Amino acid sequence: MSPTTGTLGLQVAQLARRSVLRTFRQPAQVVPTVLFPLFLLAVNTAGLEAATELPGFPSDSYVDFAMAFAFMQGALFSMVNAGTDLARDVESGFLQRLALTPMRRAALLLGQLAGVMAVSLLAGVIYLLVGLVAGVTVVTGVGGVAVLFALALLIGLAFASLGAFIGLRFGSAEAVQGFFPLFFVLLFLSSASLPRELIEQDWFRTVATWNPVSYLVEGIRSLFVIGWDGEALALGFGIAALVAAAGVAGAARALGTRVVRG
Amino acid sequence: MTSDDNGIEVGGLVRDFKKGPRAVDGIDLSVAPGEIYGFLGPNGAGKSTTVLMLTTLLPPTDGTARVAGHDIRREGARVRAAIGVALQEAALDPLLTGREHMRLQTALQGVPRRERAARGDELLTRMGLADAAGRRVGGYSGGMKRRLDLALALVHRPRVLFLDEPTTGLDPSSRSELWREVARLAREDGVTVFLTTQYLEEADVLADRVGIIEAGRLVAEGAPETLKAQIGRPALEVVPRDALQRDALAEVLERFGSAAAAPPHAAAVRLSRGNDALADVVRALDAAGIAIADFQLHAPSLDDVFLAKTGKQLVSGEEPDEQAPADRVTEPVAS
Repeated sequence: MSPTTGTLGLQVAQLARRSVLRTFRQPAQVVPTVLFPLFLLAVNTAGLEAATELPGFPSDSYVDFAMAFAFMQGALFSMVNAGTDLARDVESGFLQRLALTPMRRAALLLGQLAGVMAVSLLAGVIYLLVGLVAGVTVVTGVGGVAVLFALALLIGLAFASLGAFIGLRFGSAEAVQGFFPLFFVLLFLSSASLPRELIEQDWFRTVATWNPVSYLVEGIRSLFVIGWDGEALALGFGIAALVAAAGVAGAARALGTRVVRG
Repeated sequence: MTSDDNGIEVGGLVRDFKKGPRAVDGIDLSVAPGEIYGFLGPNGAGKSTTVLMLTTLLPPTDGTARVAGHDIRREGARVRAAIGVALQEAALDPLLTGREHMRLQTALQGVPRRERAARGDELLTRMGLADAAGRRVGGYSGGMKRRLDLALALVHRPRVLFLDEPTTGLDPSSRSELWREVARLAREDGVTVFLTTQYLEEADVLADRVGIIEAGRLVAEGAPETLKAQIGRPALEVVPRDALQRDALAEVLERFGSAAAAPPHAAAVRLSRGNDALADVVRALDAAGIAIADFQLHAPSLDDVFLAKTGKQLVSGEEPDEQAPADRVTEPVAS
């Protein structure tokens, strides 16, 4: 598509900036993203500390174990934020305004996702700082923190791209919010609250084993409580990358259907 | 046609949708460079579908068009670079300020970085939005949103401007402000304007030429004055003092021409001899013993043109008070 003015990078940066501005101007997007995971972390840590007494529990501190849950919840909010914002652009006609500029289609998607990632990174820093104040230790040390953020961002991208796909496919913010409980259930039916080996009910253990979310959780958790676990990290990064690739491809396709330009 | 041209040429444009009738059914029209063309029709007539096709946002089912010298099917990017578009819903982000909108639009339109802020501020000022530039658009009035929308459409100095119902829902003063700006763009900057409207007054005041669209087809086209002259004769609308005499009144009036549309309590005639017949009409009514509560003489309006061409009156659903232009058939108040 020529004449294209401006580089893809510039377009992505402008749209990412817009996405960040939008998020910070909607307390309903920022507050749940930051506070809910911390709230659930506090509740779980207070209520489930006894679980650390179970034989075979990988940590003697439940809050270390539960940090992964907070990062996963943050990723779910990325999904809602990315999906809702794109759906609103479809609903309001803003997408058409953008389609009339020489903007590349990819810039819209990448810009939105980059904006959501930036907010997600900030939320992650807050989770970690609050966790450290509450006595969390990261057994893999500073290097582990760097890998933690890389993995958390990739997982955030995976969920945000699924949100973007839903938002663009259905063009309705309500539809995006309607999918949220579904993903939340997936999180609860994973090994997020207990290690898979310690889940007593057979059906639950089976579901958690088949649930890809378990491996995302376990990848993050390994950095906090287990140490450098190549298999857990490979599964975590691998599954997140696959979901992200599928999500971005689906979202790009849905965007192509929304924006048909001659 | 050269690529420097800023006119519009449309040939046999058709758009089908899976459900429903053919939205645009073979439209041919041409708009000269610098002209303001008013595309007039009721809701659902096919106006917006036509605009979406001409702005490359919707592929035509058949036919073609050249906008600013470029084919809308094959040279979409070139068409988009040459046009400015303000679509029906002023599609703005309520969470961003006016200035942030300009910043995003100037960047995406490829305005050089050094010029972006100045270009944005210049347009905001021209649209009377300088004071509101730092406020979020969610708090703007309908008129301010439309003006911002127009400012955004102009950042890359388009040669052709598409405005889809630019004043729908605006109060009369916001409407005339927008008209002034659109007229200025055409007269001073030589921008070609393709404007859709369901307001007769808007087409009459603003457009050099009007195309009337009904059920996807162009049923009349010409300068407003030419179209009105085709209808020619003035209409006389009379309200009888005694409502029971309405039929008798209509009978008398029909001696002077063909019946015209009128509210239920009145009768109207299109005077075949023009204003010369007025005295005779009054004498005939007097002779028939019909007392008159009110009467009004209407010069031919675009409303009459619309009625004559489509057999329908152009009445849109929203805000009837705001859109009643001075020259349309209004309900006289019985005295």
